[in-house]
Amino acid sequence: MEFFEILESVFVKNGLITSFIFVGFIVWISYFFSNRFTKGRLHGSAIAIMLGLLLAYVGGSITGGKNGIADITILSGVGLLGGAMFRDFAIVATAYGVKLEELKEAGAAGVLSLLIGVILSFVVGAITAVAFGYTDAVSITTIGAGAVTYIVGPVTGSALNADSDVIALSVAAGLIKSMLVMISTPFVAKSIGLDNPRSAMIFGGLMGTTSGVAAGLAATDPKLVPYGAMTATFYTGLGCLLAPSVLFLITRVFFA
Amino acid sequence: MVIYGVALLAFCMLLGVILGELLGRLIGIEANIGGIGIAMLLLVLLSGYLKQSFRLGDLSEQGIHFWSAVYIPIVVAMAAKQNVIAALDGGFIALVAGGLSVILSFLLVPLISKVGR
Repeated sequence: MEFFEILESVFVKNGLITSFIFVGFIVWISYFFSNRFTKGRLHGSAIAIMLGLLLAYVGGSITGGKNGIADITILSGVGLLGGAMFRDFAIVATAYGVKLEELKEAGAAGVLSLLIGVILSFVVGAITAVAFGYTDAVSITTIGAGAVTYIVGPVTGSALNADSDVIALSVAAGLIKSMLVMISTPFVAKSIGLDNPRSAMIFGGLMGTTSGVAAGLAATDPKLVPYGAMTATFYTGLGCLLAPSVLFLITRVFFA
Repeated sequence: MVIYGVALLAFCMLLGVILGELLGRLIGIEANIGGIGIAMLLLVLLSGYLKQSFRLGDLSEQGIHFWSAVYIPIVVAMAAKQNVIAALDGGFIALVAGGLSVILSFLLVPLISKVGR
């Protein structure tokens, strides 16, 4: 039918514009659901993010691709809108209006949380690898690095010449971490005192996954986003620095 | 002019990312170290400075506010393009490694918040 071909080609040619309607619709449904069924207790944005992940699963199962719903041709614009370029641009924009004093006040705790965050996640990942029967330092380090973020995992794995299935596993561990942070942050925020700029910076430093922190804080309190994102953006770089070097050398002491 | 605000934002982002790349090379790794964090600092510093010396008009502020306001939709789009299948393919070991690190990191937030208080 020609009409549908025209429709499809218009959607594909104007992919980014199509994605505005698509995302607008998800957000609208989510806020409707939030107000109607949870009386706003569960943030509309939290629901929208979960719905997004669900659709990413659907897209991935239909197409077998890596980009979730964006692998469906008429929704390819979602990949651009949700890609690193626009995400980072919007993150920088959230910093407008942030007070320098607040950053300075929590600066030292932020740096401390970065170091502790990277090392803690690495150790947890490494111990998990050992518990599941890995005995060589390269695989243990790579899986540990994956628990840092899904970028640190493959960077470390390729630097150390790890097996490709171990690298895939490290990416999976990092993705799980990122998605869990996205989903669970609004639910635990209250009990861990995540309600001020200082704790948001510490949270960003400990979690580190930029996408996880970005979405998790958006679903909790958008005012906290710039503080968490600020520290989180240093995390992956720090992980890429530490995991294939110092952390690998330490791991090798225990597992020859 | 709205574009002044957007241009300032873009300038901060690119300069930050370039500095982050340089910082990575300086240390000897192929990764961007904190480029976006640096960009955020630049925006905070520059917009503060520009406001003092010559007024950053209301209209150019709108250029920045718009991008700040579409942050949540962008994050929703980001969620919708995640590789959920690959995450689940990792099986139990990926779930344990990723899940435990999230739980322990959550627990440390209140502890570190107390440090230096």
